[in-house]
Amino acid sequence: MEREKKERILSLLVSNKPDVLARVAGTLGGRGYNIETLCVDATLDPKVSKIILTTIADQPTLTKIEKQLMKLIDVQKVTDLTKMATVMREMMLVRMRLTDKNKADVALIIDTFRGRVVTLNGDHCVIEISGMREEIEKALQSLTPLGIDDMARTGIIALERTK
Amino acid sequence: MKIKGSQILIQALKQEGVDVIFGYPGGAVIDIYDELHKGNIRHILVRHEQGAVHAADGYARASGKVGVALVTSGPGASNTVTGIANAHLDSIPIVVFTGQVPTSLIGTDAFQEVDIIGITRPCTKHNFQVRRVEELTRTISEAFHIARSDRPGPVLIDLPKDVMNAMAEYTPSSFRDEEEPQPRPPSKKAFQVLDMLSEAKNPLILSGGGIILGGASQELREMAWRTKTPVTSTLMGLGAFPGTDPLWLGMPGMHGTYYANMAISHCDLMITLGCRFDDRVTGKIDTFARNAKIVHVDVDPSSINKNVMIDVPIVSDCKSALRSFNQLLKEKNFTVTGDQRREWLGLIDGWKRDVPLSYCRSDEVIKPQFVIETLYELTRGGNTIITTEVGQNQMWAAQFYKYDYPNTFLSSGGLGTMGYGFPAAIGAQLAHPDKLVVDIAGDGSIQMNIQELATAVQYKIPVKIVILNNGYLGMVRQWQELFYEKRYSHTDMTHAPDFVKLAEAYGLTGFRTGKPAEVEKVLRRGISTPGPVIMDFQVAREECVYPMVKPGGPIHEMTLGSREMVN
Ligand SMILES: Cc1ncc(C[n+]2csc(CCOP(=O)(O)OP(=O)(O)O)c2C)c(N)n1
Ligand SMILES: [Mg+2]
Repeated sequence: MEREKKERILSLLVSNKPDVLARVAGTLGGRGYNIETLCVDATLDPKVSKIILTTIADQPTLTKIEKQLMKLIDVQKVTDLTKMATVMREMMLVRMRLTDKNKADVALIIDTFRGRVVTLNGDHCVIEISGMREEIEKALQSLTPLGIDDMARTGIIALERTK
Repeated sequence: MKIKGSQILIQALKQEGVDVIFGYPGGAVIDIYDELHKGNIRHILVRHEQGAVHAADGYARASGKVGVALVTSGPGASNTVTGIANAHLDSIPIVVFTGQVPTSLIGTDAFQEVDIIGITRPCTKHNFQVRRVEELTRTISEAFHIARSDRPGPVLIDLPKDVMNAMAEYTPSSFRDEEEPQPRPPSKKAFQVLDMLSEAKNPLILSGGGIILGGASQELREMAWRTKTPVTSTLMGLGAFPGTDPLWLGMPGMHGTYYANMAISHCDLMITLGCRFDDRVTGKIDTFARNAKIVHVDVDPSSINKNVMIDVPIVSDCKSALRSFNQLLKEKNFTVTGDQRREWLGLIDGWKRDVPLSYCRSDEVIKPQFVIETLYELTRGGNTIITTEVGQNQMWAAQFYKYDYPNTFLSSGGLGTMGYGFPAAIGAQLAHPDKLVVDIAGDGSIQMNIQELATAVQYKIPVKIVILNNGYLGMVRQWQELFYEKRYSHTDMTHAPDFVKLAEAYGLTGFRTGKPAEVEKVLRRGISTPGPVIMDFQVAREECVYPMVKPGGPIHEMTLGSREMVN
C-alpha cells in the first residue's frame, strides 16, 4: 500500500443542498483530516453539485476518508482523481501596483505564464493566471518581489480526460 | 383534504408503526402536543429530554424497532445531544423530532433557537430540517428508513413551528425498506473462509453488536455449533450467543475474561462478525490477535481496516453473510470432529480452569458480584431484560450475568453514558410489558437521570433498579487506586440521598440492605413488589473489576487482582 503522504484529489458528487458542504467538511475536520483546497459548483444536473477537494494523506488514510464520505446520505459518489488521467487546473487573481520600475517585469511574467490583465485602474491592475498548481506557485514567487497588493486562488479543479 | 402539518406528522408516525413516543413539550411543539391530546399515539412524558432519547433507545434495543422522541426547540433540543451521541456510537435506530422557531425567525437568535442541525451533524446518521410542509411525509419515512437500514443510527428531524401549522394534503409515502435478505449463493469469499476454517487449528468467532442489530443470533449459533468454534462477544454483542453454552468464552477486552483474551491472542483464525474493534476490545493494536488471519464481516465498509488490518474483508450484513455461509457448510457437509478441536478446546478449558471469573466471597460485606450472581439465579430463563449504567456496575453486569438471548442486555457501549440504564429500562419495559426489566446501577450513575422515577411512577412502569452502592464513582476510583496511588480525587459519593426515602418521596418502593445474608431476600421482595422498585445494596466499597488490561496494554497481559481471588 502506498504509504507516502502526498496531495490527493477527491471528486465528490453530492446533493445540491445547503448544508452538504458542512457535512463534508465536518466529516474530514472532525476526524482530524485537513482540507487543503476546495471547489464547489453545480453540475449539468442542477440537483447535483460537484465538490473537488484536496488533502494530504497516505493511501490507507485516503481510503478511510473515502469510506467516511460515502457514509454521508447526501454524497452520491466519491472518486479519487489522484491516480487517474486528468486535466488539473488552478486559477489565481493577483492585484498589483504598477510602477515604472516593475512594469516590464510584470509584463514578462504574465507572458511567461500565459496570464492576462483583467482590469487596469490607474496604477492598479488585476492579473489572472491559470495552470497547474506548480505553475501557479512559480508565478506567485516571481510576482511577490514586484509588490503584490492581494491575491486569491481557486484551489484545484480536475476532470478525467476520458469517460 | 388539507390538514395541518402537526396532523400529518401523527399520520406519518402511525404509518411507520410507531406505538409510543417519549417526549417533553414546549412552545415550539405545542401544536404537535395539541394533536397528541387527542390520544391518537401513546406519549410518555419524561422528566428530562435526555431521558426521552435514552428511553427511545432502550425501546429500540429491546424491540428491534425504531424508537421515537419528541422535544421542543432550544434547550429541549440541546438536552437530547448526549442521548443522540449515545445512540450514534452504538448504532441504535431512533428518530428524534425537535421543535424549531418559525422559518421566518431561523438565524435571528430568536427565543429558544439553537442550530440543532449544526450541533447534531457529527452525532447523527443524518438530520433534516423540514422547511415546507409538503416535504414532511417523505422526510419522515426517509428518516425511519435511514435510521433502520444498513448500519442503523439516530436521525433527527427539526420541525419549525410554522411548518406544523401549515396546511397540506396527506398522502402516505411510498418509501419502502428492502425485503428480508434472501440467502444468496455463497460468494467466492465464503469459499475462501470455508477453506481457512478447514485448515485452522485454533479458530475463534468474535461477534459484536452487528449480530444483535442484524437479528443474526440464530445464524451465529448455527455456524458456531456446526463448526465447533468457540465464541467471544463484545459488550454490545452479549446475548447473541448463549452465555451458558460450553463454546462461550465471555467478553474480551479491558475487563474481558482471561480465557477470551487468551483465546484471541492464541487463535490462528478469527472470524469477526459485526464488531468494530473498539480500543476497549483490542487493547494494544499491534499485539491483538497477532497469530491470526482475520475475517471481518461488517455492513459498514468504513469499519473494515479502520483499526485492525483485515485479511478477508466482507461487506455485508451479518445475517445474509452467515446464511449463505451456513448454506455452504450444509452443502459441503462440513463437519468437525471432536478430535479436530480437542487440542484447542482443551487449551481453552485449561484457561477456564486456571482463571475463571471469580471474586473473593464474604459473609461480612456484600460483594457486588454476589448481587449479580444472585439476581441471575433468580431471573434466568430469558424473560428478563437487563440494562446497566456505566462503571464497575456495568462490567460486573456483563461478567456475572449470563445472557442467553439477544436484545436482553442493554448497555451504553460506545459513549459510556452514566444515566443511560434507567431511562433505557423504561423504554425496554414499554416494548416488553410482560418481561422483568432490571437496571443494574451505580450510586453515581443513577443520580444522573433520577428524575425519571416520576415517569416510572406516573405510568406504572415496573422497572426494578438494583443499585450497587459503593459510595464511590467506583470505576474512576479503581483507576485512581491502580494508577494514581490511591489519590481518590473527587470520586467519593457518600453525600448521596437516602435512596429508600427518595423512592418513597417519588411514590415507589425502596429496600436497602448491607448484609450478604439478606441479598436474596431483598431481591426476591423487590422483584415481586408491583410497580417500580429501588433496591439499594450497600456493597464493599473498594472492590475492583478484574481481570483488567492496562489502558493501551496488550490484552493477554491482565491484572487478575489479589491471587486468592483465583479460586
Ligand atoms: C456522563 C458521564 N460522566 C462521567 C463519566 C466518567 N465515569 C465513568 S465510570 C464513572 C463512575 C460511575 O460511578 P457509579 O455510577 O457509582 O458506578 P460504579 O463504578 O461505582 O459502579 C464515571 C464518573 C461517564 N462515563 N459518563
Ligand atoms: Mg458507585
